[in-house]
Amino acid sequence: MSYVIIGNSTAAVGAVEGIRKYDIETPIVIISDEPYHTYSRPLISYYLGGKVAEENMYYRSRDFYEKNKVKPILGIKAKSVDFDKKEVVLQDESKIQYSKLLIATGGKPFIPPLEGLDKKNVFNFIKFDDVKEIEKVAVKGSRAVVVGASFSGLKAVEALVQRGVNVTVIDIMDRIMPRVFDETASSIALKTLREHGVEVLLKTTVEKIIGGENAEGVILKDGRELPCNFIILAMGVRCNTDLVKDTKLKINRGIVVDDRMRTNIPDVYAAGDAAEGYNFIEGRNMEIAIIPNAYRQGETAGENMAGKERLFNKGFIMNSMPLLGLSIISAGLSESGEGIRVKAIYKNRENTYKKFYIRDKKLVGYLLINDIDRAGIYTDLIRREVDISLFEDRLGEEGFGFVSLPKEMRKERMLGG
Amino acid sequence: MENSNKVTRRRIYSREEVCVGCRLCEIYCIAAHSEYKNDLIKTFKKISKRRPLPGIIVEERKPISFGLQCRHCEEPECVKACITGAMQKNPETGVVTNDAARCIGCWTCILACPYGVIRRDYRERKIASKCDFCMENGGEPVCVKNCPNEALYIGNVVEESNMVEESNRGFREMEGRA
Ligand SMILES: Cc1cc2nc3c(=O)[nH]c(=O)nc-3n(C[C@H](O)[C@H](O)[C@H](O)COP(=O)(O)OP(=O)(O)OC[C@H]3O[C@@H](n4cnc5c(N)ncnc54)[C@H](O)[C@@H]3O)c2cc1C
Ligand code: SF4
Ligand code: SF4
Repeated sequence: MSYVIIGNSTAAVGAVEGIRKYDIETPIVIISDEPYHTYSRPLISYYLGGKVAEENMYYRSRDFYEKNKVKPILGIKAKSVDFDKKEVVLQDESKIQYSKLLIATGGKPFIPPLEGLDKKNVFNFIKFDDVKEIEKVAVKGSRAVVVGASFSGLKAVEALVQRGVNVTVIDIMDRIMPRVFDETASSIALKTLREHGVEVLLKTTVEKIIGGENAEGVILKDGRELPCNFIILAMGVRCNTDLVKDTKLKINRGIVVDDRMRTNIPDVYAAGDAAEGYNFIEGRNMEIAIIPNAYRQGETAGENMAGKERLFNKGFIMNSMPLLGLSIISAGLSESGEGIRVKAIYKNRENTYKKFYIRDKKLVGYLLINDIDRAGIYTDLIRREVDISLFEDRLGEEGFGFVSLPKEMRKERMLGG
Repeated sequence: MENSNKVTRRRIYSREEVCVGCRLCEIYCIAAHSEYKNDLIKTFKKISKRRPLPGIIVEERKPISFGLQCRHCEEPECVKACITGAMQKNPETGVVTNDAARCIGCWTCILACPYGVIRRDYRERKIASKCDFCMENGGEPVCVKNCPNEALYIGNVVEESNMVEESNRGFREMEGRA
């Protein structure tokens, strides 16, 4: 008997910790094509920005595998899975039997077809190895083009600014962070970016990468040419289901899982960015590509693999992003729509912005810029689907806290944990 | 094979009916975590950039006031959400603390904590700051000890203890037997 986990990141670690709550004996095998001890993916931008040293990149302590009786097989890719024989085949043709399998293969970059992609100095921004390459060329005074002004693109921009690189960031939409930001939020962040010397080009895209062997610039849709020394592509991630495509495993955009992280194949589970779990705010299965979700899904998968019946059906998007001195937090819905009421408070002088999305009597989303303290109380109102009608007018008020809740509700919460 | 057993954990609660909003809890908390360890005069005599933030949050809207600090949750959202692994629950004590050396001040824990009890600490590097149950003071929270009205008190809760270290102990015992 053995547990096998493909992937060695957030979801995998969650699964190990989930399994070991209930089963301390059965060996666990972790397989990853990345050669590193489990590390925190978001830290790649901090590493590049010189804020975190390699020895602090790690997501769990050095003795994590040993302590948890995990056999890591690192630096080798899983090539295929034979669901009938219950074995994973590695790149070197070796085979590993499993009694329970977790597929936690994460995300992969989305890259549209583009002329010149094969040139040197064109990078993704997802893996430790990406930033180890980028740091060689991202020297002070060099020029970079970052394609994509969403979360990871902006984290790349920040790191490059910290290294003294001249950055241009390009997005096809009319604002930055288009999935989370409205006009107001975007203009707040744009101001900060421009104050740091970042050039932001919106409503345009890269048509072609030019140069010889090395990339030397890009040509934009409007014909403009931007010379640069290197290019970072950050146009989003997709579920990485390469390993199991064209098998009997049910895949939509990601691997389809139920609220116990089971797939359609017995003894096969999926979690994290590779999976499509239930988003309870949207009311449908979809990818939720963030750490808190990857951990919870992984942990739930692990608990169920160890024979405990545990449910996780409370997935939703939430993100916190510091950006060049701005603090930005968002959770849940970030778009208005039918049946959704919006409350927004912008304070020019303090440079703060708060926006709430309310559906029926429930908070279903929010965005905070700069005044982010106690944000988790809002997240909790979303998570627990609390009826907010008695205190809706207090959302976003100065000093919002438990004191803003009706007494009964406050008392009940204060005894919690 | 089953590795979960019940343990009793201590937790700080507050009674808003008797809190007078004097904020002595904050003051003692700051002093206990300062370089002058519990010396109020030294802690507050000079304006110091290094003076710690209080681990307790006093909420106030006259006439209501109460103190609130980390619940050291059984299922800590902050730990599960932490993007670096800096925030961890000690499997032996149940106390949730942040490893300042690994924290990068991304505030994901602030986004996740249902109680809103984590503060942004900008003193040196950006890091998350919260109640540590005074573990360096022998696990006797100074806020509780110094509340003149007994508005803060320690209650007991039963938790499942089933975290990694425990399972390890199991391993070692097993290996010892083998
Ligand atoms: C720059 C950046 C910043 C981010 N910042 C944040 C943030 O601040 N907050 C947040 O919540 N989220 C953030 N995210 C998202 C977060 O990193 C992901 O949600 C999380 O890493 C998902 O974890 P996972 O375990 O599902 O998979 P991944 O972290 O994607 O790991 C999957 C692993 O499986 C390996 N693998 C894939 N296929 C195979 C195979 N066939 N054989 C062997 N191994 C394989 C991959 O190489 C990879 O190592 C960020 C992401 C990036 C790129
Ligand atoms: S910080 Fe918040 S989520 Fe974390 S243990 Fe304390 S109360 Fe719970
Ligand atoms: S601020 Fe620190 S403790 Fe909080 S989630 Fe980020 S790294 Fe973890």
